[in-house]
Amino acid sequence: MSAPAVLVGGVSRVFGSGAGAVTALDDVSLTVAPGEFVSLIGPSGCGKSTLLRLIGDLDQPTGGSVEVFGRSAEQARLSHDYGIAFQQSGLLPWRTVRANVELPLALHGTGRAGRRERAAHLLELVGLTDFAEHFPDQLSGGMQQRVAIARAFAEEPSLLLMDEPFGALDEMTRERLQGELVRICAETRAAVVFVTHSIPEAVFLSDRVVVMSPRPGRITDIVEVGLGGERGEGLREDAGYYEAVIRVREALHGGAGVPSRGVETR
Amino acid sequence: MNGSTRAGLERVLAPSLLLVALIAAWQALTVVAEIPAFLLPSPSAIAGELVARWPTISAAILVTGGNALVGLVVGAVIGIAAAVLAGLSRVADRMMAPLLAALAVVPIVALAPVLYTMFGAAAETARQIVAAIAVMVPVFVTTLRGLRQVRPVHVDLMRAYAATSAQATRTVTIPAALPFVFTGLRLASSLAVISAIVAEYFGGPRTGIGSFITTAAAGSNYARAWAFVLGGMIVGLVFFSVTLAAEHLVRRRSGPQQT
Repeated sequence: MSAPAVLVGGVSRVFGSGAGAVTALDDVSLTVAPGEFVSLIGPSGCGKSTLLRLIGDLDQPTGGSVEVFGRSAEQARLSHDYGIAFQQSGLLPWRTVRANVELPLALHGTGRAGRRERAAHLLELVGLTDFAEHFPDQLSGGMQQRVAIARAFAEEPSLLLMDEPFGALDEMTRERLQGELVRICAETRAAVVFVTHSIPEAVFLSDRVVVMSPRPGRITDIVEVGLGGERGEGLREDAGYYEAVIRVREALHGGAGVPSRGVETR
Repeated sequence: MNGSTRAGLERVLAPSLLLVALIAAWQALTVVAEIPAFLLPSPSAIAGELVARWPTISAAILVTGGNALVGLVVGAVIGIAAAVLAGLSRVADRMMAPLLAALAVVPIVALAPVLYTMFGAAAETARQIVAAIAVMVPVFVTTLRGLRQVRPVHVDLMRAYAATSAQATRTVTIPAALPFVFTGLRLASSLAVISAIVAEYFGGPRTGIGSFITTAAAGSNYARAWAFVLGGMIVGLVFFSVTLAAEHLVRRRSGPQQT
């Protein structure tokens, strides 16, 4: 049995100290299996982004432990175990699309020919082959985000961390990119930790949806979506999909039916 | 003819026509109204002097331009180095910021007479130093601002990909800062030329544009003084155009997100 992709054990994160201290995460535990797609959902301030940053070693917990494939989060980061995508595409505007996708490979010393080949494959995967020599500002927001996803997959990571990568996109673009992400994940068999505030998005993409609540950030429920591996556009009209959406919504609202601030229910 | 070349032509043609019209009006005014030459020499007299004195004027352009160039390069190197130091260390920043602010309000050309006595009245050194000091401040300020342009998402990205600090500097910090450095250089280039010319007013060898302007004006050769002023404008235009072109080149590569 191989180590889990992510093992979060009793993690806390407190910002500041004394009277002004804010507990962003309080005793959070979570296991993500290899190849599993897990979404973190919750209202603003529930610590879902903080949890993602702890897994990526972009921030350190004040208590508890984070392991990625059986190693510390720091070791995992230093050995390039994961790819990452943010809400802002974070592309370098002075580099072409191709050079942006090649960036992780270039940083880690992959040769020129190898980088070219890999970038060409990734750009084909996200349907941007014709835009390889464009600069990011010549692309729409959705296309920029596709470049960022291609970059995240550059080193064939077995873990992908995504912090609301579709958060700034319009609904139609968002649904199309969700479909593409599902397809790419199925091809690469990568585990994904995906932060979102959209219930349909979380249900469509995930094997499990982790529902969090704020002040202090805690996991309140984990919803098994159980829709299987086949996720086409038809899934959005499937009865099981609706049923899962309702289950996540109820978990989020604590069954009281009161809409939670900062969570999209569309 | 397509639309863009036509628009380009109009953009050049319109101001050129205005310039020609203004010069013609100036010429007409001096002839019709019989304005005395010490008040306002006619364009034709100035042009005549420019042609007649061209060997002297071109030599003076080279001397003044050379001083401004040395000042620009030396001042830019010091300004950029200081900004890098201030960007790396908060202590260095705290030490240098007030010093630079003080330097910014000192009337730098006023140092020229002092510097002439330090380096000897026959040397160009004093003028180059004045230009360099004038350049340092804007280059320092813009470079430091440029070095602080790195966006948080890029910092996260570099950390996520375990980039070394040298890699992060090369990949993110320098490209983000470059447009700002070049904006500083453009601003500084005009200052370098102005300082180099004005420093000549306070003494030193009679070699550059500034010295010849004072000499011609003192000798009541007004048209000749104006011809040398034209020479000074040529120096200023060359410096401005070259640095502006460099800035555009860098900015185009950096994309609009950096502006």
